This record gives sequence, C-alpha cells and structure tokens, in this order.
Amino acid sequence: MARNKSTPPRTEQLALSELTIEQRQIEGLSLSTLVRRRFFQHKAAVTSMIILGIIIVLAFTSVGTIIGGSGRLAADTTSGQIILDGMRITGWWPFDWYHNYPITTVGGVPSWEHPFGQDTLGKDIFARVMRGIQQSLTVVALIGSIATALGVVIGAISGFFRGWLDSLLMRMTDVIIIIPGLILGAVLGRTIGGNAISLGLLLGLVSWTGLARLVRGEFLALREREFVDAARVAGASNARIIFQHILPNSIGIIVVNATLLMSAAILTETALSFLGFGITAPDISLGQIISQYNEAFKTRPWLFWWPGLFIVVVALCINFIGDGLRDAFDPRQRRMPKLSSLSRQFRELTGGGRS
Amino acid sequence: MLSFVSRRLLATLAVLLVASFVVYMLTAYSGDPLEDLRTQNDPASVAKRATLTEKLDLGTPPFFRYFKWLGSAASCVIGQCNLGISVTRGDEPVAHALGNAMQSTLSLVLLATVLSILLGVAIGMTTALRQYSGYDYTVTFAAFIFYSLPIFWVAVLLKEFGAIRFNEFLGNPSIPWWIALLIGIGLAFVIQAIVGGHLRLRLRTAGISLVLTTAILILLDITQWFRSPSIGIVGVAILAIGLGALMLFVTSNLTKRTFQLSVGATVVAVIALWYPLQFLWFYFNNPLAIPVVAIIIAGIGVLAGFFLGGDDRTEAMRVAGITGALATTTLVLDQMIMRWGEYVQLIPLRSGVISTIGANTPTLANNPDTWLRMLDSSTHLILPTAALMIISIAGYTRYTRSSLLEVLNQDYVRTARAKGLPEATVIMRHAFRNTLIPIATIVAFDFGGVIGGAIITERVFAWQGMGALFNQGLYHVDVNLVMGVFLVTGVAAVFFNILADLAYSALDPRIRITES
Repeated sequence: MARNKSTPPRTEQLALSELTIEQRQIEGLSLSTLVRRRFFQHKAAVTSMIILGIIIVLAFTSVGTIIGGSGRLAADTTSGQIILDGMRITGWWPFDWYHNYPITTVGGVPSWEHPFGQDTLGKDIFARVMRGIQQSLTVVALIGSIATALGVVIGAISGFFRGWLDSLLMRMTDVIIIIPGLILGAVLGRTIGGNAISLGLLLGLVSWTGLARLVRGEFLALREREFVDAARVAGASNARIIFQHILPNSIGIIVVNATLLMSAAILTETALSFLGFGITAPDISLGQIISQYNEAFKTRPWLFWWPGLFIVVVALCINFIGDGLRDAFDPRQRRMPKLSSLSRQFRELTGGGRS
Repeated sequence: MLSFVSRRLLATLAVLLVASFVVYMLTAYSGDPLEDLRTQNDPASVAKRATLTEKLDLGTPPFFRYFKWLGSAASCVIGQCNLGISVTRGDEPVAHALGNAMQSTLSLVLLATVLSILLGVAIGMTTALRQYSGYDYTVTFAAFIFYSLPIFWVAVLLKEFGAIRFNEFLGNPSIPWWIALLIGIGLAFVIQAIVGGHLRLRLRTAGISLVLTTAILILLDITQWFRSPSIGIVGVAILAIGLGALMLFVTSNLTKRTFQLSVGATVVAVIALWYPLQFLWFYFNNPLAIPVVAIIIAGIGVLAGFFLGGDDRTEAMRVAGITGALATTTLVLDQMIMRWGEYVQLIPLRSGVISTIGANTPTLANNPDTWLRMLDSSTHLILPTAALMIISIAGYTRYTRSSLLEVLNQDYVRTARAKGLPEATVIMRHAFRNTLIPIATIVAFDFGGVIGGAIITERVFAWQGMGALFNQGLYHVDVNLVMGVFLVTGVAAVFFNILADLAYSALDPRIRITES
C-alpha cells in the first residue's frame, strides 16, 4: 500500500475516508482470498495446523503403517515369527508396536532407547502411541468425510425440496440421533472385529445428523433469496441451483461444522475404545492404550500420560483450526485488531498527520 | 398450542418406536448371550443353556421377540411396567433395576449439571464483560483445552491428584505460611483480572484479596480447622449474609432499602433459627426435614418481603423467599460438617476421606444418622462431579459469552445506558435476562441427557447408575436391560426436546410456535 506523495483531490479523499477500515481491507477481493487471508491472521489456528501436520507426519513415517488385511497378529508358518496380516510398510523407528522387546531400564522407565518407556511386556510405548495416533486419525478422517458428505446431501435435499421428503428425512435424522452410538460400536466390535476403517465407516454413517440439520436450515433460508429466484427464472435446473448457487453460499457453515465434528470424533473414538467397544486389542488406538494401562498409573505413569497427551493435543489443534475457520468465514465474530495497528490504519486512511 | 404439542408427541412417538426397533435388533444381533456357557466343558452347562434359552425365549427370532417385548412394555402406559427380567443381574426385574440406577444417576449427574450451569454462566458473563482482556483470552484458551479433554483421562488424573493427594493432606493438615501466601497471590491475580478497571483499582482489589485470603488460610491453619472442620453459628451467619448479598446483587437490588430490609430480616431469621433447629435436626433425623425447613424459612422470607417490601412488595417477597430457601443449604452443610470427626473414625482406614469408588461406604449405607449418610455420599460425589463439571463448564462458558455479547449490542441496552441506569442494573436486569433465553433451551436439552448417565464417569468411579446398567447390558447381550435403559433415556430426550421448544417460545415472544 505505497501511497504517492501528491495528495489526492478533495472529493476522492472524502470518499476514501467514508469507507470503513473493514471495507478498505476487503476491497475487491474474492471470498476465498478473504477467507484465506483472515484464516492466516489467526495465529492459534495456523500454529495448530502446523502442529497437527507435524504429528501426522511423525505418526505415519516413524513406525510405518500397514495397508489392507485385517491387522490381526498371526504366527508366520515358515519362520514362526509374529507378523501382521496385511502389507507392512516399515518406518525409520527401530521398534514396532506388536513385538515384545527386552526391557532395558528398571521397570521400563523412559530412556534414550525407548523415549516413551516400555510396558511390563517390553513393548515400546513410542511405537504404540504412534500407531494409536494413526488409527485414531484414520477414524477421524473417515468420520469427518463421510459424515460431512452425507450431512450436506441430506440437509440440502431436505431444505431445498421441503414437503414430505423433508419430513421423512428429518424423522430419519431423529431416529438416528436417539440411538446411542455405543450400541453401534458394540455391534461392530463384536461382528467385524473393530478395526479403524470399519469403525470410521460406521460412525461416519451415523454422525451426520447435526450437520444435516444445520445445512437444512441454511438451505431453507437461502432458497427464498432473490438470487435463487433469478437463477430459476433464467432456467437453471434444480441441481444447478443447489450446487452452483446455494451450496457455495453455505460453505462457511459446512466447513466450520465439519471441523468441529472431527474434533468430537476423536473424543468419541477414544471413549468407545476406552470402554472396549471401539478398536479392540490387539489393534491399537489412543483410547485403547489408556484403557489397557489404566491400572498402571501409579507404578508406570508414562504408559498413561503419553497417549492422553496426544489425544488432547490433536483435539485441541482441530478445535483451534475450527475456531480460525469460523472467524475467517464470519467477519462479525472477528477478533479485535490490535490498537496500534488500528491507529496505523487510521493514519494511513486519513493521509497521516490529522490524528 | 395444544395441537402443536399433540402433533409433536405423535411424531416423536413414531420416532421412538422405529428407534426402539432398531436398537432391539442391533443389540440382539450384537452377540450371543449363551457364549459363556458354550465354551464351558461342564456337563451341567447344557442344561443351563436350555433353561436360559427358554427364559430368554431365544427360540423365537428377534424380529418377533421385539413385538412381544413391545407388548409388555406398552403396559407402562397403565402404570404397571413389565420390561422383562435381566438375566445378568440374577433375574432382577428390569423396572426395579432401572429405579435404583436412576436414583443413583440423578444424584450424580443432576448436581454436576446444575453446578456447571451456574458456574459456566457466571464465568461466561465475566468474560463477556471483560471482552478482549487477558482474563477473557485465558478463559477462552482454558475452555478450548477443557473441550479437548477426554473424560476418562481427566477422571483418572482426578483420582490420583484430587483424591489421593488431598487425602494425604487431610491426614496431616497444615498449611505453611508461604503456601498460604502463594494461594493468596494466585487468587488476588485472578480476582483483579475479573474485576478489572484502572491500575489503581486493580492494585487495590488485588491487595485486599491477597490480605484476606492469606489471613483466612493462616487463621484456619492456626485454629486447626482442617483437622476438625466445623461451621457453627458463626459460619452459618457468614454464609447466610454472603448469600443474601449475592441474591441482592444478582437481582440488582443491592442499593434498594426495601430489599435490603426484607433479605436482611430473612438472614437474621436463619441465624436465629440455628439453635432451635439443632433439636429438630436431632430428633427428626430424616431427609424430609430439609424441604420442611426450606419451606418454613422461605415462608419467613416471603412474609418479610410482604411487610418490609414497600412498593416492590411482589419482587421483594420473591427475592427474600428464594434467599431463605437457599440459606437452608448452609444449615444442612453445618449439620453434615458437624459429624466430620465421627465420620473420619467410621470409614475404613485405608480409603481416604475423599473416596474414589462407588456411591457410598458400604458399612455406612444403613447408618441411622441421616446427616452422616449425607456426608458420606458428598465425599463420594466430589470427584465424579468434578470430572463431569470440568468437561461441561467449558461449553456453558462459551455459550453465555457469545449470548451476552450479542445482547449487549442491542439497541435496548444502549437505551438503558443512555437513560443513565447504573451499569450493574443494565447488565443484571436488561442484558442478563435476555442472555438466558438461548441458554435455557440448551439447558433443557442437557437435562434430557442427564438421565442417560455418564457412562464413562460411572465406569471409572465404579458408580452403579444408568450408564453402568447400559454398559453391563451391552457386554452380556442382555437385550431387556439395554432396552429398559434406552426406553428411559429416549422418553426423557423426547420430553425435554418438546419442553425446550415450548420454553423458547414462552421466554421469547418473538418466536411463535407455528401450526405447520
């Protein structure tokens, strides 16, 4: 914003000063630019995004992962060693999450070799926690994407078409809201065997209700607006109105709530696994680790602290990203700018010296 | 209105029916109730399996069993609930098990919910009034952290640090002067941040609170209060006066003479009744004494408001009456604390005063002294209540903050300020009441969920409530038990949902219940 030395004509100056600071900031920018810019101003959200990125990279590269298969332990028929069902991709961490290693320190206290310590069997806790993060994040990502997609589609249909379709869909939503998630978890844990993919899929299929209601409300309001009438008069089809005209206008509410849904998802998954209804042994999730080591808190606190800490950090990061997105999409909720930057902008606006 | 309610009831009844069918099928197909018996080699297990199959009617497919269950459950409408028997609980009728569990759940979750609402609303209001201050940012950050805490993790931490360490402290209670000073400094810092204002005002607030807190702590230490705590008439007087002042402040009547007089008379009555009530508490040793006394004292308050209220008679009666009813809690608290010494002697040596497991000490469950039993349940309630509160306060704080900020931007608040009303009146009378409207609906919602219990909290603290029942039913594929819990929670959720809608339209006349 370099200002040339020559002062603008008086009329132009007046017009300039009538623009509020906010209007000046957003002059001639597209919505996505605005949102991105506001989001990157939110320091907590940006920091959270970086931390979450680091955690994801760390979790997936360190102990590697396993693709396909049931993830169950089995003894290899030729060598007799314990292997996992599925394609194993190894990482840079020397230990894995299912072998028992010789206990290097007294009681498995954290050391350089095993920074998060070992349990009574000699399992490496760092590897276990990393695997747990992988599993929990897989569940979160699945829940987030499936529930968002379903919620948007069902909410949009319900709000746009109204009538009997709306009533039917909303009653269906009510039914799903009233069924406790624990029952679904229990059914799944017993029948399919409770791995991350199936748990994420199933929980995703029942977590869309809140988002669907919000999207429906948004569609009910937006479909009465003039631009929808204009589109209809111009001959646009229903699908075009929904996807090209209304959906972009409700993208804020969708993105924000999808994020919040994911932060709730990690707590749901860990709670289910803690109760023994979600991901079950020998597979690992953060909640399952805590449940397994619950009693060892007094003697081996490190078994308990690390998984819990990572749950809190991941949930906190997702929550802060959601907060940043909300601020970015909804300028009314914006944080107050610093007083110094306000006065600087004011000086810039008024051409300086007049304050 | 009536047609709205009936229509809603019909629709939700249909929803409940469908949901109950789904839950029944899911639970029935989630596992095999005979699994334990199948794996046994015991020859008697075959016979056991046969009897169990007959008892559970396993020969009938679940689809038809559901309608049988529905038929007997429908008898609840005429007041005789037959929800079947729970095999895992030794053939106990489900309705009976539910009754016990509900009682235990309500005492746990109701208290936690009420306290978190009160505290959350109070904290949320202070943050909104000090928007963009360091205090606001701190509370916002803390709320985010509390949102992100898994409750099972918090509960275990509370068990370790809240109970075991605190019990160690109670075993040898002494506060060194420097710890008293540190606590004082911490509190002073928090209080000055909430009160706010200019630097001088802040310094003065901080100074006063520092001196007061430290002095009280040292005094309590010198008089060995933590070793043998008691409230007595002095404590009751201090608490009752504080309560009266708080009520006056909340209703923004602190400076009005008529209100001061009526609330003051009520407080004096509470203090004067302390001695005569000792006899009542002793001879009428029954929980029923509490509501009786509460009604009597509230009646005194209403009378005081009637005679001393002057022009504001109706409101003075209300404020003084509520003050009187609430002040009863200080008297009850006094009775409970009075039995502290006796209680410490009675509980098992190994478990500390603050208990981590169960709802009461088994040896004290049938003690004839009501107040001792109440003290016992309170020490058992502290930890699970704290765990539940930590999680739910955050939500209420955020709701209240945004709601109050929204209200403060309204024109009528500006008008109230412009006509020269004191800020306290503007906040408490004009803004606060409207802030509560959206919160009331959330509260109604949450109360609907209360009855479902706190499955995880109950598990960690070995509490036998609805959540534990549900958990047990799911583990052992006890369909009747799961359905019983589901029925109660489902009906409660539906009922409070409708209540929330009605409350919203009653509180906010702009919202109308439409007939569509």
